[in-house]
Amino acid sequence: MASFKPTKIQVYPKLGEKVTQDTLYWKNYKAPVQIKEFGAITSIDFSPVAPHNFAVTAFTRIHIYGPFSQEPVKTLTRFKDTAYCGRFRSDGQLLVAGCEDSVVRLFDVSGKAALRMFRGHTKAVHVTDFTSDRYQILTGSDDYTCRLWDIPNATELNSYREHTDYVRCGVTSKLNRDLFITGSYDHTLKLFDARADKSVMTMDHGQPVESLLLYPSEGLLVSAGGRHVKVWDLLKGGQPLVSMKNHHKTVTCLCLSSNGQRLLSASLDRHVKVYNTTNYKVVHNFDYAASILSLALAPNDESIVAGMTNSILSIKHRKSPEESAEVSGQQRRTPSYRVFVKGKNYAPKQDDYLVSKPVKQHLAKYDKQLRTFNVSNSLDTALATWTRLRKPEITVAVIKELDRRGTLKNALAGRDEQWLARLLNFLIGNLVDPRFAAVLAPAAEMILDVYRRVVGQSPLVDRQLLRLQELLEREIDYQQDLLEVLGMLDTLFASSLPRLEVPHPGTSRANGLAQGEAGTSRPQLQAT
Amino acid sequence: MVEHGDIRVVHRGGSKINSREPVVTNDSRFLLCASGERVKVFSTSTEECVHDLRGHTDLVTGVLLRPTNHLQVYSCSVDGTVRLWDFTDGILIKVQLDYCSVCVTCSWLMFDIVCMCVCAELFQLVAVHLPQSGDQLVEAQELSAVLSNVSSNPAATGFGRGVRAPPLRSPNAPPGAITYPKTDSPHLLTTQRKGGKNTLMCIACHPKDDCIATGHEDGKIRLWRNFNHKKEYTYTTLHWHHNAVSSLRFTPEGTNLLSGGLESVLVQWRYNQESERDFLPRLGSAITHIAVSPDGTLFCTSHSDNKITIIQSCVKVSAVIQGLVNGESVRTDLMVDPRSKSLVLNGKPGHLQFYSLQRDKLLYNLDIVQQEYIHELGLQQFEVVKVAFDAPGNWMATVEERKPKAAEPEINLKLWAFDEQTQSFVLNTTVSAPHEAQITSMCFSQAADGQTSMLVSASEDGHFKAWQLPRSAYEGPSWSCDFVGDYRGLAPQCCCFSADGSLLAVSFQEVVTVWSPASWELLTTLSQPPKAIRDLCFGRLGCSKYLMGTTASNLLCCWNLLTCSLEWSTSMDVSLLLSDPLTENMAAFCCQAESTDLFVFKPSEPRPVASLKAVCSGKVTRAVFAPREEMLESCEESSQWLNRSQLYFLTQHMLFIDDSVAMTPFYLLLGKHRKQENQDSLTRLSAELMPLPRGSLAIKELLQSPAHVLPSTSVLCSMFVESLLVSVADGSEESKHAEEEMESEKEEEDSEGEMESRTPRPEPASPGLQSAESAAPALTKAQLKELRRVKKLDHGWLADLLLS
Repeated sequence: MASFKPTKIQVYPKLGEKVTQDTLYWKNYKAPVQIKEFGAITSIDFSPVAPHNFAVTAFTRIHIYGPFSQEPVKTLTRFKDTAYCGRFRSDGQLLVAGCEDSVVRLFDVSGKAALRMFRGHTKAVHVTDFTSDRYQILTGSDDYTCRLWDIPNATELNSYREHTDYVRCGVTSKLNRDLFITGSYDHTLKLFDARADKSVMTMDHGQPVESLLLYPSEGLLVSAGGRHVKVWDLLKGGQPLVSMKNHHKTVTCLCLSSNGQRLLSASLDRHVKVYNTTNYKVVHNFDYAASILSLALAPNDESIVAGMTNSILSIKHRKSPEESAEVSGQQRRTPSYRVFVKGKNYAPKQDDYLVSKPVKQHLAKYDKQLRTFNVSNSLDTALATWTRLRKPEITVAVIKELDRRGTLKNALAGRDEQWLARLLNFLIGNLVDPRFAAVLAPAAEMILDVYRRVVGQSPLVDRQLLRLQELLEREIDYQQDLLEVLGMLDTLFASSLPRLEVPHPGTSRANGLAQGEAGTSRPQLQAT
Repeated sequence: MVEHGDIRVVHRGGSKINSREPVVTNDSRFLLCASGERVKVFSTSTEECVHDLRGHTDLVTGVLLRPTNHLQVYSCSVDGTVRLWDFTDGILIKVQLDYCSVCVTCSWLMFDIVCMCVCAELFQLVAVHLPQSGDQLVEAQELSAVLSNVSSNPAATGFGRGVRAPPLRSPNAPPGAITYPKTDSPHLLTTQRKGGKNTLMCIACHPKDDCIATGHEDGKIRLWRNFNHKKEYTYTTLHWHHNAVSSLRFTPEGTNLLSGGLESVLVQWRYNQESERDFLPRLGSAITHIAVSPDGTLFCTSHSDNKITIIQSCVKVSAVIQGLVNGESVRTDLMVDPRSKSLVLNGKPGHLQFYSLQRDKLLYNLDIVQQEYIHELGLQQFEVVKVAFDAPGNWMATVEERKPKAAEPEINLKLWAFDEQTQSFVLNTTVSAPHEAQITSMCFSQAADGQTSMLVSASEDGHFKAWQLPRSAYEGPSWSCDFVGDYRGLAPQCCCFSADGSLLAVSFQEVVTVWSPASWELLTTLSQPPKAIRDLCFGRLGCSKYLMGTTASNLLCCWNLLTCSLEWSTSMDVSLLLSDPLTENMAAFCCQAESTDLFVFKPSEPRPVASLKAVCSGKVTRAVFAPREEMLESCEESSQWLNRSQLYFLTQHMLFIDDSVAMTPFYLLLGKHRKQENQDSLTRLSAELMPLPRGSLAIKELLQSPAHVLPSTSVLCSMFVESLLVSVADGSEESKHAEEEMESEKEEEDSEGEMESRTPRPEPASPGLQSAESAAPALTKAQLKELRRVKKLDHGWLADLLLS
């Protein structure tokens, strides 16, 4: 005995991003904690030792936050002017920071007053860092110089005057105490050796360099400047490896995920892009509310901290495993149906006697109405507000089913003004959607046929009919344009392909390609 | 052993079981129904076919239990005989010859002694008194015409209780009038109302009361009472059906009335309380007949999709007996499922049926469209129009189509993966609107490794598309479009992959384009003006370098793909070309006037391997090679091509018969199989002998009767040996006949040679043809001698065996 076959809801391919391992990983963060600072946040640095506090440099202060606190555990305020680039030493005991007033200050993390003050630069110091032997400090300044300082006796060891513009970024080698790299607004990156007086390698980035990053192996260097992110191979003498241009504003900050597999770049265009470090393709994307100036990842990617121009610090913590499990459990929102399923998956044992009972088919409301041939009611159900707005494919499927049964006209006829307005509203929203157009266009024609006589009686319906007409005219123009482009592309492809001996194989290929690009006549695939 | 390599066309089953209403036996254990030329006995509990009552030589038109002996059954047939059977053992008891054996086209049985026959021109109701005699063969003499001008629809004739009072519809009177002969003079009840569409469809008489129920085309049922008094009859109307009532039946006690129609709902009305009714909905398809068992416990409904449903007292469906569904048309080609070796074709609306050729049984129906089927006239439904299987049977592709009025056709391409666990196909991908116009052809690539399957579909919108299964890392595999090709804006007609899948041939009107599926380059074009290509086929195995094509201008062409030139061509009107997947052979059906010829050939040479004139009447519409279960070992040239597979084909009988004669099958599934020679077992031997034209009755009886009804073996032995002697005489005749045939075939070949010489053809082929022709007859003569010797030897051996 054949049972009722429910209306088939078409499953359309989801446009936009695909669910990949990466999206799952990077989406597994809690809602961000947002903290208001006193000014634009220029630098964030995580302490290398547990509990991995992080220093946030904003305006004239440096706040040190604990991993889970929303209040700073420590505040360093002894700056005369805007502070820059607060960095921890590798043992997490000391912190160095530059300042607009050209003085570099060294702090003990537990104390308040500066331990040392390094004077010598003539302009603001934007770059500070410790060398890997922990006894020296690298600084870079707007006076075009970069200097090495000795910590114990606060003296300048060396000064390099090779850059011809502001030095705005720099990084020291973690493996060799003598090597460090600086990037400047004169578009160059320079690798210095403290044992020599000159730079040993110079690379041209092409844009003012904003940020630098060394891979843990220190064979590769990543630089960001302008809209470009470039990767350089230091072992091959600074040969450019990859150039990426995925942002549409200046890239301000770079950082690496803890396993070294993903590279993150933050930009003034409010996006953070995640790249795969093997093929340098973007695998994920974050959005923030304002332009991002600084970005840092906690060890093990426990949290993502971003500082923005509107002085908001955004901290996103990773969800714990039980939390993520909880969320997926919450998504199954209808436990009432599960009650009925209870015990259904019980496997009978060998001696059990099975008493069979007719299984009741679970049908949606519109299907129940269709089953009893209540066509108007089923259309009403399918046009209910929630369905219409959230699941238009259900509404479209019911309209299609009614059309197949030849009863769509009956279902559409004899409605009042309000209902008609609702339906027209739905049509205006979905008629030009290529997924639904094939079904809704005949339905729209049918509505016009049915209600042709009463046009002009209701201002509400008339307004919507006008809107519908406008929409259709615009859509026809678009299609016209697309066809023109298609024709142009066809000629281009036909002329660019080499002429083969057999006649016209080229045109056929061009057709195939062009159709794919236009996307209108492309068949829609769906996995079921 | 007598018929060496005699190729015959045999009917292999798939006949209608819903043409007449089934009969349930008194103990409700068996169900009998007419099925083509046979009467089939089914068990009501297991749905299995228990017996096959064979004997009629034409369509069986009526089955009736013998009222005096409930273990016997009468059957009547268009061949003019009435036969009496014992259905529990499946044996024939008696044959009665009817008088009008020439003109009977439709007949049905009503009573023990009355056989109603309706002649073709007259539609007369005739009572035939079957004489009671002990003879096997009895000729009926007593005949009396009861009524003339009756309806040809058997449902419109009914019998009342006790007296012979059959109310009938008379076409002479205004349509919708009931005549009923009370005693002698027929009375007329007029049921016609003005403007009503109430033509009478069916009739049933109450078993106890004087009440007649009639079903009408407008869906109304009328209950007539008091009709014995002229002009004083009364009637009540029952209305539930919205379409014509096709069958009515009272239960044996008369308490309930059953009705059914196009809605596929069985309605049970209470007699005298007509407002109360029960329904059994969703029986699958339109009800054509209703039968009730004599004890009233079982109801049977025949359905339009060749199905009989057995229902227990109108509550529960207990069994379904499903035959081969003869849809309105077989729009999908005949296909063979590579896994189950079953035949696949259109079945119920929106379904595909998998039909086992070996067992003549429907395996299962696969729902392709997966939509609720609405029974309504004039509604455009989805139809499955194309099916394709890939070589290992892992994937199936189907195309369904719906053409709404004044709108774009809706086309869906579905790809089904075989699921090992459920042993069935599971939907994998649905592509809605794969093409903008009708899909003309579809095929899978024949790649042997089966690593990457590829599907190519050609459509009238001027494109052909290649579909592939990319392996996606995150989701399950699903098919997507890989390539779109066209050629000068022409519409592609057919597409075909070569045996190794390295070449794709697509025909665009008169041009054949050959593509490489690996790089999608157009390799070459072949053309044979002036007419469009109708069929394309690559050679297999050793002949894979050849591409065969037929054109609309009656040309069969063979191209060599290595030289890209025409190898040979011949002028013949090929209606169907197909290749055997297991051998190099190809079969071409050639439609002459009124009949169809079959030629089997290898693409490498233009000489046919075998040719059969007039295999059947009418045009062969579909055909398929089905692999045999076990390979035959025959060395004879003319039948070698059937060693590995059997050829099945479907014909369309263009007989001009009134459509209301429900008996005529529009399609006949014919199987072609070779009579095989075997000498090892007695039973097999006689089974082979049985269908001989002069097939001895004794052997037939001996082997068909159960042991306990037969006389002792010693009596039978002499009879059996005698029958064997008869067959020797037959054999000599047969061989003479064979010689004659050989000569005639030679003539045919000569004439064909003439035909070929007219057409342009490469030179080297013709000498080979000549030599082969001259060699063939000598070889067969030698073979014949050998054959005769073998025959003599055999009989000696058999006689020894029997005497010992």
